[in-house]
Amino acid sequence: MLSIDTLTIRRPGFTLTASFEAQSGSVTALIGPSGAGKTTLLHAIAGFVPPSAGRIRVQGQDITDLPVSDRPVSMLFQDHNLFTHMTVFENTALGLSPDLRLNKRDRERVTDALERLGLSTYASRKPEALSGGQQSRVALARALLRNRPVLLLDEPFSALGPAMRADLAQILKEVAAAQNLSVLLVTHQPEDALRAADHIAVVADGEVTPPRPARDTLTNPTPALADYLGDWRPL
Amino acid sequence: MHLKRTTTLAALATACALPLAAQERRELIVYAYDSFVSDWGPGPVIEANFEAICNCDLTLVGAGDGAALLSRIRLEGTRSDADVVLGLDTNLTAAAASTGLFAPAPEGVPTPDLPIAWDDPLFTPFDWGYFAFVYDNTKLTAAPESLMALAASDTTVVIQDPRSSTPGLGLVMWAEAALGDEAPAFWEALSDNIVTVTPGWSEAYGLFLEGEADMVLSYTTSPAYHLIAEEDPSKSAAAFAEGHYMQVEVAGILAGSDQPELAAEFIRFIATDGFQSAIPTTNWMYPAFATETGVPDGFDTLITPDTALLLPAEEAEARRADAIATWRAGLAQ
Amino acid sequence: MARWPRPVTLLSVGAATLVVALTVGAVIPLMLSAEGAGRLVAADWAILRFTLFQAALSAALCTLAAIPLARALARRDFPGRSLVLTLLGAPFLVPVIVAVLGLLSVWGRAGWVSEITGATLDIYGLTGILMAHVFFNLPLVTRMLLTGWAGVPPEHLRLATQLGFTPRDIYTHIERPILREVLPGAALLVFLICLTSFSVALTLGGGPRATTIELAIYQALRFEFDLSRAALLSLMQLGLALTVALILLASGQRGAGGFGLSLRPQSIPKPRNPWIDRAAITAALAFLGLPMLGLISLGIPGMPDLPDATLNAALRSIGVSIAATLISCSLALAIAGGVATHRGRAALLGEGLVLIGLTASPLVIGTALFIAIRDFIDPFAFALPLTALVNATLGVPFALRILLPEVDRVIRTRGPLAQSLGLSRRLWLRRVLLPGIRRGLGLALGLVAAFAMGDLGIIALFGSTETETLPLLMFGLMGSFRTDAAQATGLILVLLTLTIFAIFDTWGRRAQH
Repeated sequence: MLSIDTLTIRRPGFTLTASFEAQSGSVTALIGPSGAGKTTLLHAIAGFVPPSAGRIRVQGQDITDLPVSDRPVSMLFQDHNLFTHMTVFENTALGLSPDLRLNKRDRERVTDALERLGLSTYASRKPEALSGGQQSRVALARALLRNRPVLLLDEPFSALGPAMRADLAQILKEVAAAQNLSVLLVTHQPEDALRAADHIAVVADGEVTPPRPARDTLTNPTPALADYLGDWRPL
Repeated sequence: MHLKRTTTLAALATACALPLAAQERRELIVYAYDSFVSDWGPGPVIEANFEAICNCDLTLVGAGDGAALLSRIRLEGTRSDADVVLGLDTNLTAAAASTGLFAPAPEGVPTPDLPIAWDDPLFTPFDWGYFAFVYDNTKLTAAPESLMALAASDTTVVIQDPRSSTPGLGLVMWAEAALGDEAPAFWEALSDNIVTVTPGWSEAYGLFLEGEADMVLSYTTSPAYHLIAEEDPSKSAAAFAEGHYMQVEVAGILAGSDQPELAAEFIRFIATDGFQSAIPTTNWMYPAFATETGVPDGFDTLITPDTALLLPAEEAEARRADAIATWRAGLAQ
Repeated sequence: MARWPRPVTLLSVGAATLVVALTVGAVIPLMLSAEGAGRLVAADWAILRFTLFQAALSAALCTLAAIPLARALARRDFPGRSLVLTLLGAPFLVPVIVAVLGLLSVWGRAGWVSEITGATLDIYGLTGILMAHVFFNLPLVTRMLLTGWAGVPPEHLRLATQLGFTPRDIYTHIERPILREVLPGAALLVFLICLTSFSVALTLGGGPRATTIELAIYQALRFEFDLSRAALLSLMQLGLALTVALILLASGQRGAGGFGLSLRPQSIPKPRNPWIDRAAITAALAFLGLPMLGLISLGIPGMPDLPDATLNAALRSIGVSIAATLISCSLALAIAGGVATHRGRAALLGEGLVLIGLTASPLVIGTALFIAIRDFIDPFAFALPLTALVNATLGVPFALRILLPEVDRVIRTRGPLAQSLGLSRRLWLRRVLLPGIRRGLGLALGLVAAFAMGDLGIIALFGSTETETLPLLMFGLMGSFRTDAAQATGLILVLLTLTIFAIFDTWGRRAQH
């Protein structure tokens, strides 16, 4: 379980405070207007942005002051998740060994991860030969190999078509359950949140409201969320 | 049509502003090397002195160094605006003569006052000097006394490249004239004395003044500059037993000149005090014609070589390529 | 993307043709007016070998030395970093002979190092040539490499931190690919610049072994007046350059290797021990800075002896420099527009041809120009305009190298929008393209201005006392014993050059992004 305890992040021009928990084995979506601080929150959890107050805990362990690479966290960025000069296989294998020294067992694990995400045939290709959805899946395969309890995704759906979105949402739910991960994803689209997430937390006006069950959040929106959603209503 | 070297604008301005008589004033264009024309060279004095007697405009045009001067004349060919070229030396006169661009020297020029006989039909000498190795007498107390002794010593020298500089070529000819068949051995022995070879005189002399070498290839007259202009007696030229190679600088009239009489007048002027008295302390060379006042104080402290060496122009031209090859082979050991 | 309007193409082709005609094409008038067939002699092959050898070695050494420096500057932030980056431009802008004296004041037989250690250092020979070439070109390569670092997406750096990359992993996965992309272009540039080395090679080379093709060209033109031999040697030099340029351009990324425009420090994961970076920066500052201090100390004593002509000479130099800069950057922009829109072989060849213009000998260009125009106008009456024009042409390869990636980027990212809106050419140029490339433009303007300011090759050919520029004045002073005044003039030249460079560069860096 990921728990955020009165975390305060100050950046020039805005302050964000957050207190919430994200369950293991489930997907939590962060939704809210642009510039509200969704990405910054992910960066704080991953360790790229130092918070000015509060604690971050994962399964009870305080990780607030841990170096980035020691945190039990993997993150997928909006873009540039892959090294363009490496093959899909190598990009994935970085999750096991940053110097790409792999034994037989490691190679099998990489192959398995790629297979699980339907990427086997692309193993020896370079990222430029892949579609946006496929690239996200490679980054996901790498995160799965790292096997950290928390997985953060920054707008993973933004560049994908409808079929791909459904696909990725499905995969995320599956891996969250299978590996018992706390998955936190940022999205602009309520449909995506509804499809991929079990819970939704709203980031608006400098605050993060604690996650509630997804459909419930969207059918009975808080005033801030209602403003954001406008006329949109869940089906 | 023979256009003078003036911009259209200047010509227009002249035409509008000046009375007719001024336009008819004759103009003599003389190409010289840059340092001759510069503010601190002989140019300004000589221009004033000549204009005082010629009722004409003397336009001195700086055109690089001696070699560049000849290149420029060849490039311009018969189209050249120049009437007189001043600043070629005896290493270049044969090549200059073979272009056919030069007219015979005028009548009425007295015999030059040189250590050697002068009988060139085209060119008139205006100054001369001896090549020599110059050193700092406060640092180098026992300077070598001959080319061979220099090569055998561990005295360091900076010389110039004969392929791009006049003194560089002068040294090569010096070795040819003084040592003949021993020249290759001389270069081989000298190669470990040479700190470096520069493209021109300026770089070499600059390096010497910065203390990069004990000696630099220059002229016997170079110490006079330090003595007279800087009151610094610390520079001397080493007198060498084999004799010293000469550099004679000459002027010649271009056959295509549109002012042949005025050009001849200028060449005759070269032999007079109005020209010659400016030479020692502006060009730092010996005057080619004796002056009433003689050379200034300070020149008497300079060494006077016992033997003056100079290959005749045709011979210098003929031997040059082989001599440079010998130089190159000897130093590349 | 859609084809660009035809006038742009015509303009680019025109500009490229002009540049190629003035540089590569310069051999034609020489050959036409030559009296006999040119000949090469056995010694020329030794010259060719040495020229290639020293240029290749200089390029290799420069790029090797630039790697730790660029990396240290890329990942460290420290007070004065921005100043260091501007000063890094300085050595490249110093006239050759001034720089050589500066270097010798530190490393010479009577230099500071010899004085302090008590040993007589002897750097003459290959060592001296390489030192001077590294002195001139290290800053250039460093700035090119810095651009590479600046191009790394911040996500990759975050990813590297998250995945726990060691410095070694960062080298393998992030830095090596940058180097692979940028180094060939940078090395090529240094190689081409050093290929035509003449004064440095000879003055510091220690003897005739250190003869380069450029010296042979000088000899053929100045002493032997053998135009066809000069043309032949020039062709040899250009051919050599073209071969190497095409190999490297074809193997490397086209347009890779800008000149370090975004120079803010990157949050690259740093090794714990800062001493490697500190050592790299300190060593570079010492190596590049001490000779600069040397030439200041050489220049100051002569200040009172400066001739009155200095002011006018300086004004002429500034005039020539600014004219050359404006012409050069306009030409480079026109070419860049064409190359960026028409990718493909023709563009590659065009870029290659323009690049090898770097190896065109100023003396050959000047002489050719002289022969070509002497029937129509008096070249000497137009000494300053001609100097500006030739320097503008010689500056195009540099300006192009800087501007091409920038123009490419603006056309790619904003071109389609501009086209769909049907922006007028004027509006596109003034409101989209120029603001978009301002950083690069500032640097290009600064570099070309500095170059033209230091010109000695062309002005020495056409110049006379009435058209004396600062370098010519300096050389004149040196040629008449006035070494102190010459060095003072040299110092003024350096200061002026640096100022003009800094003005343009700062203007560019003020660009808002």
